Amino acid sequence: MLLLEKLKKSYVEPDGARLPILDIPEFRVAPGEQIALMGRSGCGKTTLLHTIAGISRPDSGLVRINGTDISRLPEHGRDLFRANTIGYIFQTFNLLPGFSALENVLLGMSFSGGRADEARARRLLDQVGLSKRLTHKPAMLSVGEQQRVAVARAMANRPKLLLADEPTANVDTGHQQQIIDLIRAQSTEENVALILVTHTPEVSEQFTRVEHLDRLNQAVVNV
Amino acid sequence: MSLWKIAWRSIQQRALASSLTAFSVALGVSLVVAVLVAQKVIRDSFTRGASGYHLVVGKKGSQLQLVLNTVYHLQDPIENIPYSYYKRLTNPKDSLGKYVKTAIPYCLGDNYDGFRVVGTIPDLFTKLEYADGQKYEFESGGRNFKANQFYEAVIGSTVARVTGLKVGKTFQPVHGLSDSDDGHKHDAFKVVGILKPTGTANDRALFINIEGFYRLDNHAKPLEDVAAAKAEKAAKAAHDEHEGHEHAEGEPHDHDAHDHDAHEHDDAKAPAGKVNSPHGQPGHVHSDDEDKAPAEKPKQADEHADHDHAAGEPHDHDDAKATATKVNPPHGQPGHVHSDDEDKAPADKPKVTDEHGDHDHVAGEPHDHGDTKAPATKVNPPHGQPGHVHSDDEDHEGHDHAAHDHDDAKTAPTKVNPPHGQPGHVHSDDEDHEGHDHAGHDHAGHAHSHEPLPEDQREVTAVLVLAKGSAAMSDISAGELRRLINKGDEAQAAMPVRVIADFFQKIVQTITIALLGLTVLIIVVSGIGVMVSIYNSMNDRRRDIAVMRALGAARGTVLSVILVESILLSVGGGLLGMILGHALVALLGPTVERLAGVSLGFFQFDKYELVLIPALVVLASLVGYLPALSAYRTDVAKALSASP
Repeated sequence: MLLLEKLKKSYVEPDGARLPILDIPEFRVAPGEQIALMGRSGCGKTTLLHTIAGISRPDSGLVRINGTDISRLPEHGRDLFRANTIGYIFQTFNLLPGFSALENVLLGMSFSGGRADEARARRLLDQVGLSKRLTHKPAMLSVGEQQRVAVARAMANRPKLLLADEPTANVDTGHQQQIIDLIRAQSTEENVALILVTHTPEVSEQFTRVEHLDRLNQAVVNV
Repeated sequence: MSLWKIAWRSIQQRALASSLTAFSVALGVSLVVAVLVAQKVIRDSFTRGASGYHLVVGKKGSQLQLVLNTVYHLQDPIENIPYSYYKRLTNPKDSLGKYVKTAIPYCLGDNYDGFRVVGTIPDLFTKLEYADGQKYEFESGGRNFKANQFYEAVIGSTVARVTGLKVGKTFQPVHGLSDSDDGHKHDAFKVVGILKPTGTANDRALFINIEGFYRLDNHAKPLEDVAAAKAEKAAKAAHDEHEGHEHAEGEPHDHDAHDHDAHEHDDAKAPAGKVNSPHGQPGHVHSDDEDKAPAEKPKQADEHADHDHAAGEPHDHDDAKATATKVNPPHGQPGHVHSDDEDKAPADKPKVTDEHGDHDHVAGEPHDHGDTKAPATKVNPPHGQPGHVHSDDEDHEGHDHAAHDHDDAKTAPTKVNPPHGQPGHVHSDDEDHEGHDHAGHDHAGHAHSHEPLPEDQREVTAVLVLAKGSAAMSDISAGELRRLINKGDEAQAAMPVRVIADFFQKIVQTITIALLGLTVLIIVVSGIGVMVSIYNSMNDRRRDIAVMRALGAARGTVLSVILVESILLSVGGGLLGMILGHALVALLGPTVERLAGVSLGFFQFDKYELVLIPALVVLASLVGYLPALSAYRTDVAKALSASP
């Protein structure tokens, strides 16, 4: 489902030197597979997710998702591909403050070129337990509720791949498990491949496959 | 979710800043709208008023003044034209009249409560339209005034509203065109109808029967003017005739013995022919223009052609001495004087002697004009008789002026005014009214049994003309008529529609463009306000933009969202501005109506307002472009990584 090959990404430092961030010879994810991705801070987890999502472009290498090498797509193509194929859950939820819970979910459907399916948006919010919070703005929701809206939004467009970047880092411990369960349940239900970045062993332990970016990423290994 | 909704949500999120920027746009737009609507309504109103007929005919002068004064009741009238000119226009056999379908006389000079009073005929409301296809109508309970009811009137809707005049009430026109207290109050007219609103200047006028108008004080043309006009005409004719005046050869014909000094040339202007006794009466003067006199003028001249002096018949003109210093009895009567200074008379000096052309002196006949001392040009009935004129240089010995008040020599002595109550009586402001109590004299209740004023005492300020023929043909007739009238010396004809279009083109349009330029600048400034507002918000929104991008929004999409936001603010402000603009127009309406006579209301629109919205969209796109570009260039990865 996902294949990364000889993926390289570096940043140009202010002095002009190139700082390698990612150097991944090969990385594969099967359809519907759920992976916990661990790694210490600064090992390039977020950069990897951005690259897989097509937000950032690799310097070289292959990022093939469902047979499409998105690194070769122009930006506009990557945007559309992302809208249709990838769901993204942020550490800081990143709900749009001006939009209600329902509108935030609908917003997730707005850029795919198809019609927004409001019934699905409502159903998703119902599944995350927010059927009574549809019109609430993010500021009126608890952090746990906000992240549940974010989960619903990530699932809105029936993605094939769900990327979750430390989704429980900002959620109080009482609700962390609930969020993890929700993400995994949604992924399972719709057979969505999941890459969930976490620092927490309690979370990673629940996954059958756990990858450590420190080991995958030659840029880090070589440092 | 549409771009519009996304943009709208972000506007809502910054409600205060958004509404302030939109309001600044609204203010700019409201000013543009006010200017647009005002100029449109004024133009429409002017054009509507100008479209009910083809021509306005009046005294030569400024066409614009003629049109403004006649059609819009603005500015002062130029002078009057003779009633006979109006009659020509109504005569289908006349060279001018043949082009005319309807001619309506207008007499101006009075006001009521500051509104113009127009003396006219009932046909104005039945034969003319006030705009294309729009006929005059009366409010229920009212009707047009009748031609034979001299003191009936119809009033415009605005007049009715402002003055409170109703059908059945009376009003007294005041002399002068504007409202002032010192004007002379005229006889009362009874309102018989109120016009339904027409949106033209006629809403602000009162229309009285022209016959009633002429009966009002000072509205009749003074008789001296009538006489002077005739005299002038006569002089011209006489002068022409003397070219062909031949004395038989060898005829003793003594001009030298003839005393020119005693002969008064002094009252140059209208020296003679002022008052003429009937033929055969002492003082009768033969005027050369008699055979040219208009039909209505009583025929006084006998035919000298029938009057033959037998050859050799003693023909003595010498008897004239004694009292006949000024009075010249008829030819053949004692005292009749032939004056031979005729050919020395200035061209404008009227001739009053009988016709030499038709009068043959047999050759060799003693023919003595020599003893004639009397100038014999002036005819004055005895003092105390109607028409007696006191001349300043006349010898008044034994004649008591003290008991006789002529304190104003200018008008009183020369004017022939029948006694009060008689047809043709004229009240003059400077006339001595002692013993004549106007206060106790009820004009309103006074039975007006007057006869129509003689036509030679009438004048009209203007004539509205509807040309003959249908549609295009009538335009051609109107054009031809206009050309003919303007070619002549007596009057000018103006096409109101053209004059007004020209006026707007030259003046109003320039002012409008200048005003629009200023107001458009205000909009541009408020547009820049929109730009600053959105641009300043971009830092706060960079994360939102990045999130949208992460959700799959393309760069172009986020750019569009910002542009749409700018358009929503501008157009929203613009719509609000239109409402405000119309409210402003409605608010200023009463003032404008009072000053310019154009009624402005909330629901009056100009088609150019429709241009405003697309124009605002363009402006919004321009001013939104900078912040939109900033959204477009947002580095998503960096913005997402930044801590919230």
